[in-house]
Amino acid sequence: MSAWTAVPTDDFWHRLFSFQNYGELLGLVHNSLIAGAVLGLVGGLVGVFVMNRDMAFAVHGVSEISFAGGAAALLASVNVSLGAIIGSLVAAVLIGMLGSRARERNSITGVLMPFALGLGVLFLALYTGRSANKFGLLTGQIVAVDNPQLAWLVGTSVVVVIGMAVIWRPLMFASVDPDVAAARGVPARSLSLVFMVLLALAVAMAVQVVGALLVLALLVTPAAAAVRVTASPVWVPVLSVLFAVVSAVGGIMLALGGSIPISPYVTTISFLIYVGCRLVGSRRGRRGWAQRSGVPADDLSVEV
Amino acid sequence: MTREAADAAARRTTGPVLELDGAGLTFGERTVWSGIDLTVEAGEFLAVLGPNGSGKTSLLRVLLGLQELTSGRLSILGGPPGRASCCTIGYVPQQRLVDPVTPVRPRDLVRMGIDGHRWGLAGLSHRRETRARVDELLDAVGATEYADVPIGLLSGGEQQRVRIAQALATDPAVLLCDEPLLSLDLGHQRQVVDLIDARRRSHGTAVVFVTHEINPVLPYVDRVLYVAPAGHAVGSPDDVLTSATLTRLYGTPVDALRVHDRIVIVGGSNETHHHIERLPR
Repeated sequence: MSAWTAVPTDDFWHRLFSFQNYGELLGLVHNSLIAGAVLGLVGGLVGVFVMNRDMAFAVHGVSEISFAGGAAALLASVNVSLGAIIGSLVAAVLIGMLGSRARERNSITGVLMPFALGLGVLFLALYTGRSANKFGLLTGQIVAVDNPQLAWLVGTSVVVVIGMAVIWRPLMFASVDPDVAAARGVPARSLSLVFMVLLALAVAMAVQVVGALLVLALLVTPAAAAVRVTASPVWVPVLSVLFAVVSAVGGIMLALGGSIPISPYVTTISFLIYVGCRLVGSRRGRRGWAQRSGVPADDLSVEV
Repeated sequence: MTREAADAAARRTTGPVLELDGAGLTFGERTVWSGIDLTVEAGEFLAVLGPNGSGKTSLLRVLLGLQELTSGRLSILGGPPGRASCCTIGYVPQQRLVDPVTPVRPRDLVRMGIDGHRWGLAGLSHRRETRARVDELLDAVGATEYADVPIGLLSGGEQQRVRIAQALATDPAVLLCDEPLLSLDLGHQRQVVDLIDARRRSHGTAVVFVTHEINPVLPYVDRVLYVAPAGHAVGSPDDVLTSATLTRLYGTPVDALRVHDRIVIVGGSNETHHHIERLPR
């Protein structure tokens, strides 16, 4: 019998999930849990517009460039958070300036991303420090988030949340109804740039927790799941944030005991929530979300 | 008389809603149109006709304050366009395909028409009034039934009704419609035009209706602005949509035939005439 068909041993499961001394461990990573919750909040909010503006690929691009920034900072032995933020800001501004239309944006992202990824790989290859640091930027890790780093995360997220609150309404208008928004004088271009900057900050935060490869699990999947089950402008962000927080915090808690990076836990929870929402959504669709109470709309009398 | 009707009446006495005076637009070397003199009164229904590329959309952009005239003058309610256009102009854009999972309901779209351009989150302060206003607007176009259905799941006709409710949200003096009948079947076309016509009669809202097909709106139209490659003409449909005028505007022989209550325009060459009609059944 080949190794492929072997039943997973206890050891396998033990590596995946272990809850020995769980209470103690929880105490140790309490900073990480706060970081996860904050990240969920920011990712869930920003994700709503990533969906509405069709920017999933741009998010992926920004995260790879943010990774390159982080790697450069690692090599130069300066603050990795700062490197990640600078990298993603540069990416967001470039993508925002050069690609205002979705198609343009995709090609610009596709051009910038591999270049940045290549640079990142170069920086990591030159880096001679601890290898866990290298791997962490790409796939995430439960770094015992130290206090200064947590302060960075919380500070950045406060900026992002306030910024989103200020531009929320006109940005929503410009995102879902661009023609009328323009006619009403909504400054779509400036809003788009401001949003790109906020997105960049959110991505730079996420890169440090879940890693560059998996940022989409917190910035896209939760919002994509939310729009499957509701179309309400209140419930979409609420559910999106809830899903993102559950994924991030739940992922960290499950990953605690095992010897595996945090990412698979976060992405799996996030993915399962999405699958669940799709199932609920399709049932809803079959039963007729669009169901009317009898009279065909066309027969209604018309008066203005 | 309701407050709105009173406002409309007040507007009516203050002169023309919209005034173009020697208006011209040039992109680089190319003159799109020039020397347009046009006055639109309250309650008037103006159809803007012309082939693709004749500058109908540019004219709309000028009226919305998104594009500056290269020559001449535009005034809306006696003032310059632009910022003021926010609340004096209601805009019904060309229908675009909406993804079924876009999380927007008719209720939200209409609400955006009221306060979507303001900063910040939708406040709690005027929540009840805004909600009542949205319900009223949806009811007026007969869209209450599907007010909570995601917009991407609505039919084209339903979407256009919601669009009209949105455009009327600020109780505008002018309703600017960009090909609102595109891709609608005949029944829905008639309903949408009826809605618009009823509004201008009850509230004195002026209507500027850009279309490439005159017949669905012919019974309602007061005047036509026809923009074509070799010039433009303003006047009643009977004056403008004639063989002589169109031949002059296109610079090539064109025949305009009246068949019952429809106008059929037939190009003398293979030039593009976008409202060449099939004969009525």
